[in-house]
Amino acid sequence: MFGWTLVSNSTDLSAIPVPVGGNSPTRRAWARFRRNRLGYWSLLVFCAVVLLSLAAELISNDRPLLVRYQGQFYVPVLQDHAETTFGGDFQTPTDYLDPFIRDQLAQPGNWVVYAPNPYGPKTLNYFAKSPNPSAPSRDNWLGTDDRGRDLLAQLIYGFRVSVLFALALTVTGVVLGVLTGAVQGYFGGKTDLAFQRLIEIWSAMPELYLLIIFSAVFAPSLALLLVLLSLFGWMGLSDYVRAEFLRNRQLDYVRAARALGVGNWQIIRRHVLPNSLTPVVTFLPFRMSGAILALTSLDFLGLGVPPGTPSLGELLSQGKNNIDAWWISLSTFAVLVVTLLLLTFMGDALRDALDPRKAEQ
Amino acid sequence: MTEPLLTVSGLRVRFAGRDVVHGIDFSIAPGEKLALVGESGSGKTVTALSLLRLVQNASLGGTATFDGQDLLSMPERALRGLRGQDIAMIFQEPMTALNPLLTVGEQIVEVLQLKMGLPRAQAWPKAIQLIADTGIADAATRANAYPHQLSGGQRQRAMIAMALACQPRLLLADEPTTALDVSLRGQILDLIGSLQHKSGMAVLLITHDLNLVRRFADRLIVMEGGRIVEQGPVAEVFAQPRHSYTRRLIDSKPERDLAEVAACELSIVAQARELRVGYSVPLRGLAGWFRRGEFVAVQGADFQIEAGRTLGIMGESGSGKSTLALATLGLLPSSGELRLGELTWGASTPQNQRMRRTMQVVFQDPFSSLSPRLTVEEIVGEGLLVHEPALSAADRRERVLAGLREVGLGTDGDALALLRRYPHEFSGGQRQRLAIARALIIKPDILVLDEPTSALDVTIQKQVLTLLQGLQRERGLSYLLITHDVAVIRAMAHHVLVMKDGLMVESGPVTEVLQRPLQAYTRQLLAAAD
Repeated sequence: MFGWTLVSNSTDLSAIPVPVGGNSPTRRAWARFRRNRLGYWSLLVFCAVVLLSLAAELISNDRPLLVRYQGQFYVPVLQDHAETTFGGDFQTPTDYLDPFIRDQLAQPGNWVVYAPNPYGPKTLNYFAKSPNPSAPSRDNWLGTDDRGRDLLAQLIYGFRVSVLFALALTVTGVVLGVLTGAVQGYFGGKTDLAFQRLIEIWSAMPELYLLIIFSAVFAPSLALLLVLLSLFGWMGLSDYVRAEFLRNRQLDYVRAARALGVGNWQIIRRHVLPNSLTPVVTFLPFRMSGAILALTSLDFLGLGVPPGTPSLGELLSQGKNNIDAWWISLSTFAVLVVTLLLLTFMGDALRDALDPRKAEQ
Repeated sequence: MTEPLLTVSGLRVRFAGRDVVHGIDFSIAPGEKLALVGESGSGKTVTALSLLRLVQNASLGGTATFDGQDLLSMPERALRGLRGQDIAMIFQEPMTALNPLLTVGEQIVEVLQLKMGLPRAQAWPKAIQLIADTGIADAATRANAYPHQLSGGQRQRAMIAMALACQPRLLLADEPTTALDVSLRGQILDLIGSLQHKSGMAVLLITHDLNLVRRFADRLIVMEGGRIVEQGPVAEVFAQPRHSYTRRLIDSKPERDLAEVAACELSIVAQARELRVGYSVPLRGLAGWFRRGEFVAVQGADFQIEAGRTLGIMGESGSGKSTLALATLGLLPSSGELRLGELTWGASTPQNQRMRRTMQVVFQDPFSSLSPRLTVEEIVGEGLLVHEPALSAADRRERVLAGLREVGLGTDGDALALLRRYPHEFSGGQRQRLAIARALIIKPDILVLDEPTSALDVTIQKQVLTLLQGLQRERGLSYLLITHDVAVIRAMAHHVLVMKDGLMVESGPVTEVLQRPLQAYTRQLLAAAD
């Protein structure tokens, strides 16, 4: 097929350093990510924390994980058992913090495996030894809030809600932002003009008022918040992506691809998009932390999640109301700071990993 | 022999633990014109900048004695007094070296006020005088112009006026003509020469262009890899280069090595009649609100490309030659007639794809023409994805490897590792080879070469041109070669077309146009290149 002879001078390739970290581009990207120690450890810690919080029911729960009572096994973490099951008087679901039930389960032959932190996010400890909010003690490791709910449990569940919400908000925001930015930047001209005016009008809408109005009209829920925040969250990113596309689409490699006959969609996907993602990736962790903060502040104002949902913002507002209960504000603040820091460190490492031009020494 | 003005001994420059300049020695006598020659990465610019300690994050070693003082160890405050006053500098790109928010007059006045302590009222006429000395007509009004209102040549003249404001004893000129059009290069160099003659200052000219050295300098230093490999009087070094690298540099003029196809068996692969390309631009003033004007970039272009031969298009920047190339590639809308074989652009998508297959392009800057986030395999194999989608991944890889071997890459060492590399891991010449491989993989008949060698070092230029000549002989490719470089035209083209301001000035067989140019403009271009 290639019958012709080799043409002229080959150049010396041995001068090029052999890349480290295996050969495939993905593995090299991973190697670059790992080289950023701080980011790598942040990723490990963050993943571990998120995984733990996903299994929050096993870690912090007012229902025991496993009960052996009079020769029978019960799994209260999965199903309700009436108090009568354990020798109580009522048909209501068992309160496992009740000293009577505890005594029953502690009788010879019976045993019980509690979750490490034996409180759920909504558990009210009616049997607390000190008034609410109570300071950290052996019973409540981080103390309780002003309604007697365990703070550690609240933090674990609140963190889970925040992270999942932020993840969803970030994904929708990035997808919408990149899509609109790409369309504006790549096609330019009248498309760009129309979109820009639309964005200007849209961004002039008072977001906070809309949230207040909507939270008055509809029953507040996480899904409603997600939709409302997504409607306004994509605009900032789309401007950056648009600018990158405008710059990249007239570079020679895009021209070369057009000369090869590559279609618009392929050019966007293979050539322009990967080279325009730097701002997206750079903003990713900040968007994530921004989303956590947005949810937190809406909760703080009382416009966020429905009452009863564990939330960091609600805890902060409690901390404000009970300023002498330092453990509430301090521990919530610590959780927020550590989360946001981890996200930022991961963002730095991610940016390095996605840029193959970063030196691989 | 007089006392040298500047004596450099054992100069070392080190970045992040890596030596860039390995202990070099040289000296400049007062009024001497010394040229520092080398390719990119040879350390010539770093050497000049380090004399004024303008290199950031570098650790310097050795001494540089200027007028009895060591530039490298004197206090920063004293050095600041020397900069601009006794030692001045001109940079490569005047557009970025001048402050865009100040008029050129103000910038020169600032130097005069700062360094000579002149009051503003005296400084302004002096600034105008300096501008007039550099040959800018109507200096009094041009002094009020902002840098973007001047042409490239005028900007560089203004830079020179600024550098010479304090009558320095040493002028460091870092590639002062590289960013300019060929016909201006000679003029600027002559200007520096005549000003040097008048004021008796010494000039250290940093360049990669041996033509300029021969024309300008008294003495020559050749640098390679941070070391001086040869120095001596210009005439002597050119006549008898002792070091092999110097010989390579001097011999790097591209040679003509083409298969001459007999005129009778020529078939025409592409043809243009009355080709015209215009851009819509906003009109100035109130009219711009209601209608748009048109800027005509190319007008009335007639040419034909013959199988196995090269059509060279020559012209300065802004002459419309790159626009013409893009229009020929169907990347810009054009009017008039343009046929590739029997086909024209825009009839239907499948037909466009067929035409794309017959014509490919190689761009000037190998750093922007390869997507930095794709691997070699993805870049080179892209054309196959479009034009031969049925090919299996293994076959495609085979074709990519064959294509790379053809341009002289991957013939030694691990070819598979080569496929997974990214463009930034290659040198400029290797990147240009990758761009050629990408274009050739779908076996086009015509290759558009848009300044294929202007961003490369001279020795690499020659290699790439040799490669292109070889490919033309082997495959019978036709080239549409766009360049401002007469030497490249001389080596490559069969037929030449000279463009100026979007119009074709002259065209004909290469021997005729280069030897007996009919137009004054062509003669001017040729004269500037010698």
